[in-house]
Amino acid sequence: MLEAGFIIKSLIILALFGLTLLIATYSTYAERKVAAFLQDRLGPNRAGPWGLLQPIADAGKMFFKEDFIPSQASKWLFIAGPCLSMLTALMATAVVPFGDSVKYTTGPNQILTVPVQPIDVNIGVLYIFGVVSLGVYGLMIGGWASNNKFSLLGAIRAASQNISYEIPMGLSMIAILMMTGSLSMGEIVSQQHGGNWNIFYQPLGFIIFITCAFAECNRTPFDLPECETELIGGYHTEYSSMKLGFYLFSEYINMFVSSAVISNLFFGGYNYPFMDSVHQFLTNNLGAIAGHNVATLIGTVVLFGKIFFFIFFFMWVRWTLPRFRYDQLMNLGWKGLIPLAMLNIVLTGGAILFLKPLITALLK
Amino acid sequence: MVYDILYFNKHHTSYTIHHTPYTTHHTPHTPYIIHQDFKTMADKLFYFLSFLALLSAMMVVTAKNPIHSVLYLILTFFCLSGHYVLLNAQFVAVVNIIVYAGAIMVLFLFVIMFLNLKQDDEEAKTNLTKIAATIVGGTLGVILVAVFRKAQLGTYNPYSFNSQVGMVENLGEVLYNDYLLPFELASVLFLIAMVGAVMLAKREVGDRHF
Amino acid sequence: MQLTNRAKQVSSKEMTLAERIYLPAIVTGLGITIKHFFKKKVTIQYPEQKRYLGPVFRGQHVLKRDEQGRERCTACGLCAVACPAEAISMVAEEREKGEEKLYREEKYAAVYEINMLRCIFCGLCEEACPKQAIYLRHDIFVPVFTERDNVIYGKDKLVENMNDRYLRTAWTKEEALHQDINDLTPQPRIQL
Repeated sequence: MLEAGFIIKSLIILALFGLTLLIATYSTYAERKVAAFLQDRLGPNRAGPWGLLQPIADAGKMFFKEDFIPSQASKWLFIAGPCLSMLTALMATAVVPFGDSVKYTTGPNQILTVPVQPIDVNIGVLYIFGVVSLGVYGLMIGGWASNNKFSLLGAIRAASQNISYEIPMGLSMIAILMMTGSLSMGEIVSQQHGGNWNIFYQPLGFIIFITCAFAECNRTPFDLPECETELIGGYHTEYSSMKLGFYLFSEYINMFVSSAVISNLFFGGYNYPFMDSVHQFLTNNLGAIAGHNVATLIGTVVLFGKIFFFIFFFMWVRWTLPRFRYDQLMNLGWKGLIPLAMLNIVLTGGAILFLKPLITALLK
Repeated sequence: MVYDILYFNKHHTSYTIHHTPYTTHHTPHTPYIIHQDFKTMADKLFYFLSFLALLSAMMVVTAKNPIHSVLYLILTFFCLSGHYVLLNAQFVAVVNIIVYAGAIMVLFLFVIMFLNLKQDDEEAKTNLTKIAATIVGGTLGVILVAVFRKAQLGTYNPYSFNSQVGMVENLGEVLYNDYLLPFELASVLFLIAMVGAVMLAKREVGDRHF
Repeated sequence: MQLTNRAKQVSSKEMTLAERIYLPAIVTGLGITIKHFFKKKVTIQYPEQKRYLGPVFRGQHVLKRDEQGRERCTACGLCAVACPAEAISMVAEEREKGEEKLYREEKYAAVYEINMLRCIFCGLCEEACPKQAIYLRHDIFVPVFTERDNVIYGKDKLVENMNDRYLRTAWTKEEALHQDINDLTPQPRIQL
C-alpha cells in the first residue's frame, strides 16, 4: 500500500509539472500581448475571447508544419538538441519550493507534513545551478548538428555566453548562501520569513543575478545565440515544426524557472507581510489542519504573483532594451559583473563578520 | 536512496539509510519493507549505472566523430554523478555535473566545434604508433590489475557507517581544517594556469588584430 | 533647416558614472515603455471597425442614375478607352420607345462589365465619363472573392439602387480640396 505522504507528494509533483507547462504555454501568449501593449497595439485577440486560445492554435500550427531535417545534418543529434533543451528546462523546477507545507491526518494523533516542493534536497541551489549549466547542451548540439554556419555561430555564442554568465550568477548566489548558511531552497525561503527578504540585504546581488538570469535564458537584451539580424535564427535556423516549438517553449520554461528562483532567493518565496496573523486567523477559524492548508494555499498564490511579476519583467525588458553587441556582452560579463559579484561577496563577508555582532550587541 | 530524496522532507534531513534491514533507528512512519526496497533498488541502480558508465566510456574511445566522443564523455560523467548520489555524496555529485559536465565539457565541445574535422583529414596511424600504443596500454592494464590485486578494500560496517560524510557541511569542515594547505595550493595552481593562459593569448605589440 | 525640436548636439565626452552603469538609463527606458502599456491603443479592428477613408476614396464602382431614376450611362466607351487595365467592356444598344423612364440618353449600355481582377482603382474612368455616370464609391470596398465567377461585375452589381442612393460630400477632387481633410467623420451627404 502506498503511503499518504507519497501520494500527496506525487500529486504535488504532477500538479507543478502541469502548471509549469501551462504557464510556459500562456507565457507565449502573454509575451505577444505584452509586446503589443508596450507598442500601443492590441495583440492576438481573434482565437477565443481576448485571444486566449492563441497558444493552442500556435501549438496546432507547430504540430502540423513540415518536420524538416537537413540532408547533411547529423540526424540523431539534430533530434536530441530540442529534446535536451526541453528536458533540462523542465528538470529545474524539481527543487523549487512553491509553498509552505500541506498537513494531512494519517491516523489518530498522526499528522503528516508534506512541503509543497517536489523534492527538498540539501543541495537545492547547486542542483538548479547544475541543471542551468546543462541547458546550453541542447543549444550547442542542435546548432552543431544542423550543419549550418549560422547555427554553429549561434551555438558557439550560446556556449560562451552561458559559461561567462554562470560565473557571476554563482558568485552572487554565494553571497546569499553565506547569509543563510544552507544550500537547501526550502531552508533559504523559510529563513526569509517575516519580511526578512534577501533583497533588502543583497540589492547588488539581486541586480547581478537578474542580469545573469536574462543571459542564461537567452532573453533580450542578451539573445545573441538567436539574434535574427545577424544569424537569421541562430542555433534554430534549420529547425521547423515542433522541434522549433520545443526550443521556443524551453525558453519560456526557463523564464518561469528563473522567475521562480528569483522570487524564492530574493523575494521571500511564499512569505508575505502579516503572514503569521493570517495563519493564526485561519487556524482559529478553520481548525489546525484546514487552516494551515488554506494559509499554505494563500502563500502559494502570493508566490505565483511574484513569479508572474518577474515573467512580466522579463518581457517588459525585452520590449524596452535593444540587443547588446557581442563584445559588449562579454565586457559586461567579465569586466563588470564578475568583479562586482566578488565585491559583493567581500562586502557580505565583512558585514557578517563585523556588522552582525555589532548590531546584535547594540540590540542587547 | 532516490526514494529518500524524493520523499523525506526537511524535517528528516538527519535521517540515515542503512543497507542492513536491522537498523536501530526507524522513523515511525517508515515501514521496514521500504528498506528492503532501497537495498534492491540501490543494487539495481548500481549495476545499471556501472554498465552505462563502462559502455559510454568505451564509446568515448571508439567513436569516430570527436563530437560524439565528447557527448559520450558527458554521459559518463552523469553516470559517475549517479554513483556519487548512491554513495550519499550529493555535493560531489552536483559539483561534478556543474564543473565537468556543465563547464569543462562545454568548452571541449566549443573547441571541437571550431575545428573543421573531417574523416579524411585524420592522419593515418603508422604501424609503429600502433605497436607503441598497444605496449603502453597493455602495461597500464598490467599495472592496474597488479595494484588492485594487492589493494586492501575497506570493509563495510553498517554500525559505524555515517551516511552524512558526503554532505556539504562535513565536506567543508574537512576541506578547510584538515586539508586547508593543499586546497589553497590548488587554488594557487589555478591562478598560475590562468595567468599563463592570459599571457599566451595576449597580443604582442605589432600583432595582427583579427 | 530645422525639422523638429528634438535635434541634439552629439558629443563624445567621457560618460559619467551614472551613464556607465547603464541602470538609470534602463530604468528611464522601462518607465517610457510602461507608460505606453497603459495608453489607449490605436489599433482599428478592421472587419468590425471601419475607418472613414475620406470623401474621394476609390472603392467599388457604381453606375449612377439621375433624380428620376434613369441610368446616366450612354455607352460612349470613353471609360473603357481611358482604363489603363482594360477592365471595362460594354455593349451599347439604342433606346426603344417607352424606355425613356429607364435611360436618360438615346443610347445606353445593355451590358456593362468590369473585371475586378484587372481593375486597379485608378479612377480614370470616373474622370473620363462625360455624363457623370460612373463613380468609384468612397464607402464600399470590392469584397474579397473566392470564385472566378464573382470577379466580373455586371450591371446587376454596378447600377445604383434608388432606395439606397450613393451620395457623397465631394464629387470631384477640386471639391474635396475645400474640405477639412483632417475631419474624418462622415460628412452630410449632398444631392448631386
